[in-house]
Amino acid sequence: MAFVNLKKKEVQAKIVYYGPGRGGKTTNLEYIYSKFRSRIKTEMVTIKTHGDRTLFFDFLPFNVGKIRGYDVKIQLYTVPGQVKYDATRRLVLRGVDGIVFVADSMAVRREKNILSLRNLQKNLATFKKSIFKIPIVLQYNKKDLEEQGIPLLPLQTLEKDLNSQLKAPSFEASALMGMNVVPTIKKIISMTMASLLMELK
Amino acid sequence: MTYMLGQEQLDAIEQVLLEDLFDVGVNCIFLIDMAGNVIANLDDGEIKHDIYSLAALAAGNFAAVSTMAKIVGEDEFSLLFHKGEKESIHFSKVLTDFLLITIFGKGISLGFLRLKVAEATEKVKKILEPSCAP
Repeated sequence: MAFVNLKKKEVQAKIVYYGPGRGGKTTNLEYIYSKFRSRIKTEMVTIKTHGDRTLFFDFLPFNVGKIRGYDVKIQLYTVPGQVKYDATRRLVLRGVDGIVFVADSMAVRREKNILSLRNLQKNLATFKKSIFKIPIVLQYNKKDLEEQGIPLLPLQTLEKDLNSQLKAPSFEASALMGMNVVPTIKKIISMTMASLLMELK
Repeated sequence: MTYMLGQEQLDAIEQVLLEDLFDVGVNCIFLIDMAGNVIANLDDGEIKHDIYSLAALAAGNFAAVSTMAKIVGEDEFSLLFHKGEKESIHFSKVLTDFLLITIFGKGISLGFLRLKVAEATEKVKKILEPSCAP
């Protein structure tokens, strides 16, 4: 639910990082936070357990700058990935304008990715939103593990499993190393903005 | 769903917040939507709260409490209030999609605050209703 403030000429929109637990959603935000420190005036907010897992969400406000004369403020959120936190995951999705689905490229996580994407579809439906209509970008994370000899899913498998119907833009990435983290966010911001403009027409 | 508020509406909202809440001694007031976007905010200039983080957490907190209410068989809990040593915070739902949050000190009683918040909520509702989708 994006908000357009005509008085301040400001747009606020919400982008949520979704995906299976330990997939790198929080790491994406942490990288963005460190990379764009000068643009982010506040601290990153995280609500996590003692074991360092996301309990409710992470939050990072991000000033994109001006687009068509409007100051664009993007609110970045992550959801808790663990299956048991479905209720809180749904709460974070409320009013979402764009989604980054962070999949785990490790071969052992194949099923978890598929289940998480289905869970996203189901949770979006509770807000009467379709996964096929909302702006979405897929990110196949943890590419850096390849060097350590950890078996990863080939790109074709990931695309077939997760993107054969969605046909969304996708990036192979390493949130830890910062590889393709910025292109991912740029893509979802431009898709979200395009979708908002369409809605406002 | 995207919604838009114009200068007149935002001015009118700020006027209500100013007259009904700020002028009676509330330190910081903000109106947000349930997605955590900040629609309007007023403060005394001395408080430097991070409004955007507060809004995100407040929306999340409110949503979590509403869900708890439903689990125990309530439609919602009518009083949402956290008391601190110096500052306290009060939440009030406006229509289905908005939240009015007030931060106030010891100089104002909870009962009086609730009364003023209820009045302001009614006025803000009337301003928001025509332009916001349900």
